[in-house]
Amino acid sequence: MSGTELLLDYLTRYFPILLFIIIALAFGVVTLLVSYFVQPKYPEAEKLSPYECGSEPFSDARMPFPVRYYIFAMLFVIFDIEVIFLYPWAVVFDKIGLIGLVEMLVFIALFLVAYVYAWRKGALEWD
Amino acid sequence: MAILFFFYFAGVIVLTSILVVTLRNPIYSVLSLLIMFFHVAGLYVTLEAEFLAAVQIIVYAGAILVLYLFVVMLLNVKREERYHSQFPLAALLGITILTEVLMLAFLRGFSSEAPAVAPAVGDSAQPGEAIAGTGNTETIGEALYSTYLFPFEVASLILLVAMIGAIVLAKKKVGEGEA
Amino acid sequence: MAEVGLKLAFSLAQIAVVMGIVLLTVMVLTLAERKVLGWMQDRMGPMEVGPYGILQPIADGLKLFFKEDIIPAGANKFLFSLAPILSLVPALIGFAVVPFGPSRTVELFGYQFQPFVISDINIGILYILAFTSIGAYGVILGGWASNSKYSLLGGLRSAAQVISYELNVGLAIVGVLLLAGSLSLVKITEAQAGGFWHWYVFAFPFPQIFAFVVYVISAVAETNRVPFDLPEAESELVAGFFTEYSGMRFAFFFLAEYANMILVSCIAAALFLGGWNAPYPGTLLPENLAWIEGVVWFAAKVYFFLFLFFWLRATLPRLRYDQLMRFGWKVMLPIALGNILVTSIAAYLFPKG
Repeated sequence: MSGTELLLDYLTRYFPILLFIIIALAFGVVTLLVSYFVQPKYPEAEKLSPYECGSEPFSDARMPFPVRYYIFAMLFVIFDIEVIFLYPWAVVFDKIGLIGLVEMLVFIALFLVAYVYAWRKGALEWD
Repeated sequence: MAILFFFYFAGVIVLTSILVVTLRNPIYSVLSLLIMFFHVAGLYVTLEAEFLAAVQIIVYAGAILVLYLFVVMLLNVKREERYHSQFPLAALLGITILTEVLMLAFLRGFSSEAPAVAPAVGDSAQPGEAIAGTGNTETIGEALYSTYLFPFEVASLILLVAMIGAIVLAKKKVGEGEA
Repeated sequence: MAEVGLKLAFSLAQIAVVMGIVLLTVMVLTLAERKVLGWMQDRMGPMEVGPYGILQPIADGLKLFFKEDIIPAGANKFLFSLAPILSLVPALIGFAVVPFGPSRTVELFGYQFQPFVISDINIGILYILAFTSIGAYGVILGGWASNSKYSLLGGLRSAAQVISYELNVGLAIVGVLLLAGSLSLVKITEAQAGGFWHWYVFAFPFPQIFAFVVYVISAVAETNRVPFDLPEAESELVAGFFTEYSGMRFAFFFLAEYANMILVSCIAAALFLGGWNAPYPGTLLPENLAWIEGVVWFAAKVYFFLFLFFWLRATLPRLRYDQLMRFGWKVMLPIALGNILVTSIAAYLFPKG
């Protein structure tokens, strides 16, 4: 096959995925819309008030939350990027041999340093 | 056909990036950024860089943007007005960068040739061949773990530094918050 | 042009069938879960609608469809409607790269088609990881938009939990990728043909049993199921991020949860248990019917995992949130990392053929 044919073959593989995404989105939107038109609507103040065990909601629900969530999100970002590096390495592992293995051992060693540091500093603690 | 896809993705990217900075509700900004990331990934797919497309979504949409969302909710900003007063400065910077880009484009000419950067793996210069049977991930892997060995290790060191920096900054905040 | 039209029609048919099967399986699961839980607790489960209650899912679905859909006062209407869609769509489109049966091609009007996978892309497993990470948005935005304290707390907890365990999923599959040398689910499944000792959970040179355990536990946590159902912990957070949801929007979150369960079961079957490969070499049925065997084995493995979900729910108590986070970051992550180290060294010492 020539280059252009391969390119065409490649793009036709992605076309069904695009199609699937569009259909799934359409399924979601259309179902909600149809349901919106067939359902009864009798709004009243008590029914619409947010649930708070029967008492009157007493403050803004969108309150600030602990910074801990933010720390974990940040740790996740960094570790996630490190994991991304492992995928192309795992896929070509057969071809790159000893150099690839040693290289990744160094990489994982640095990963471990970061991990142990986070552990020792108590960043992995949810207290 | 490819041109059509390009203009669709590029158009949406430009539109959503403008929305990111103009929308007043930060949550909506985050959402338009999400849409933008998906279209950037789509653009990568049409450029045969499927691995990059996946990484784009996993790292940017799946990790970094979640962090943004947390920050926006953490600060509980309903409408951000503060930074809209910096319009003159932003306009100045924007115009400078735009001029630079336009100058570069005109000086180089709008050639349709491939950029002068040589492909890392010699035999993948032909369009389509890089993905024949093996795929873009394998090509990246082979290049990254042989030719670009040193930059790769440097990258891992930078990640370590980023990690330590993040913990030092965040932990200080926690201490202050509890005090 | 005829070829393009034909391919389009074929893809549409495949997507319709896959979506139909997934939604049907969700219906079966809602009933199966209540029945299995009932039997395990020496009850009968739903018995009223139809013989042995088998029409219960249809009754539930219709009820939800015609229910009044309440948007609480002070909620952000747009985000409140967007969140269920954002959590359902990623759960559905992941199925685009799952191989449901043998990778054979059929010829239709002179063109080649792969009947058992919608699209065999080179980055199959990354595609699924990418879209499952988007599922967190639905949860977190749903929780925020509801303007309820329980919703917000549930949404945040759930998002932190999902991203923590997503990391472990990402690490657990690296071992399999090392042995398979591909990201395509079709190729990974094909590499496990020829008997159960070739399945990656048992395979030479290093069985991925640790990765398998880490994957299954993380998958349970990622789908927010018992014992990791903290986001919707009834006793403390009412119903978590969908406290304020009702009607069809509630149904979407429900659908997303069950579709995600099916998706992670499919991935677990394809990566670790050989996908559609039978546990013995060769096939029992004649050549032209062998695909039935493959599809049946795949379904059997997926249903095994789904049964495991119910079993866990009937058996285990819920974890506390700090225990959950500690378990993910301090137990699962080192195991997954160690597995990668040992697997890579073993794969280097005993290279493939």
